[in-house]
Amino acid sequence: MMSMAIISSAFAAEGEQTTHETVGAGEAHHEGAFPPFQTENFAPQIFWLVVIFGLLYVLMSRIALPRVGGIIENRGAKIASDLGAAREMQSKAQAAAAANDENLRRRREEAQAIGREAQNKIAGETAKQRTIAESQAAEKIRAADERIASAKAKALANVEQIAEEAAAAIVEKLTGAKVDKSAISEIDATSSPAKEALNAF
Amino acid sequence: MNPEEAAAKPNPIEQFELHRLWPFEISGIETSFTNASLFMLLAALGVVALMILATSKKAIVPGRVQAMAEMLYEFVAGMVRQTAGTEGMKFFPFVFTLFSFILIANLIGLVPYTYSVTSQIVVTFAFAAVVISLVVVYGLYRHGFGFLNLFVPHGVPLPVLVVLVPIEIISFLSRPVSLSVRLFANILAGHITLAVFGGFVMMLLGAGVWAALAPVPLLAIVALYALELLVACLQAFVFAVLTCVYLNDAIHPGH
Repeated sequence: MMSMAIISSAFAAEGEQTTHETVGAGEAHHEGAFPPFQTENFAPQIFWLVVIFGLLYVLMSRIALPRVGGIIENRGAKIASDLGAAREMQSKAQAAAAANDENLRRRREEAQAIGREAQNKIAGETAKQRTIAESQAAEKIRAADERIASAKAKALANVEQIAEEAAAAIVEKLTGAKVDKSAISEIDATSSPAKEALNAF
Repeated sequence: MNPEEAAAKPNPIEQFELHRLWPFEISGIETSFTNASLFMLLAALGVVALMILATSKKAIVPGRVQAMAEMLYEFVAGMVRQTAGTEGMKFFPFVFTLFSFILIANLIGLVPYTYSVTSQIVVTFAFAAVVISLVVVYGLYRHGFGFLNLFVPHGVPLPVLVVLVPIEIISFLSRPVSLSVRLFANILAGHITLAVFGGFVMMLLGAGVWAALAPVPLLAIVALYALELLVACLQAFVFAVLTCVYLNDAIHPGH
């Protein structure tokens, strides 16, 4: 501030000097003239204004304004292209999502179909196995029944024979007479509570 | 503006005096480099710093100063486009240079101990003369004698025209005067007022008991300074807008 004051007071001193000079040179201006209307100040101001403003105009129109305009345009273009890219990406992502959904749906259907098929196959297999097992079991049961029946028949036949022999032996012991075995068989055939009892057994 | 200096020698006019820093002349015409020239140069350098140095990186994401340069660019571009139409954009560099130079010069002039370039009628009149010459030359070049339709409002009956045409001509001729005086008078008056109030402060301080009242004009200076900041921006804007309006007349002379 101090140095500025000194400089400006130096300006003032110089200014007074020049005013005195111009007055001395016979100009029509006295010292106290209103500075903006002092005509001897016009030429230097216009000269430097033209020079400085002209240079500034050239710098602005050639360098600054095209550059700033370019920056703004570039930014607009960049934003537009970025937005376009983003939009494209988004539509791609949506398409991918849709394709994925479709794929998923198809796979699920396939999986369900495979599951159903497997289930059916297993059910069929099980049914077949069961019928085979059942038929085998039935076969075995039948064979066993036959064996039981034959064994029973055999056993019954043996019982008859034993009974006949026992009867013959009893009769012989009691009577001392020989008994014909066939006669016993006939008695046996006509009525035989023992046989009935055996059969019921 | 320098209230302290004005108070030391209470002369609010002194701040407008021209001091030859580098006296010389070209073919008999004085072209001395003065304090006014120095601050013209500083204003121009300020504009260059803002518009060229700050934009040298050409950043997609701008820094603060580059954002300011872009705002100024878009502000002036919008003003020209709105006022003078798309065709007016060919004058955009001129209007931009004019606006930014006057704005920065006005703002620099508000710093104490500086010189207000626009407080000189010769400077503002030179600007106005360039603007009006541009309007006339471009209007005649673009429309020939059709440019004279500017003085004949459309769809007005003949008897009224007899009165209206001279008024239009006078209003056109007064444009350079009003354009230059408006800017000059605003800046000049503002700076004189600030200096006068600064002088009050110093006078009160040197008047014994009355020194207690010194803060009153000081507070007035603060308020006036805020007003002058507004005026500095507003007058640059008004000058640029009127330039656009006049250029619009040159581009579209029919009312």
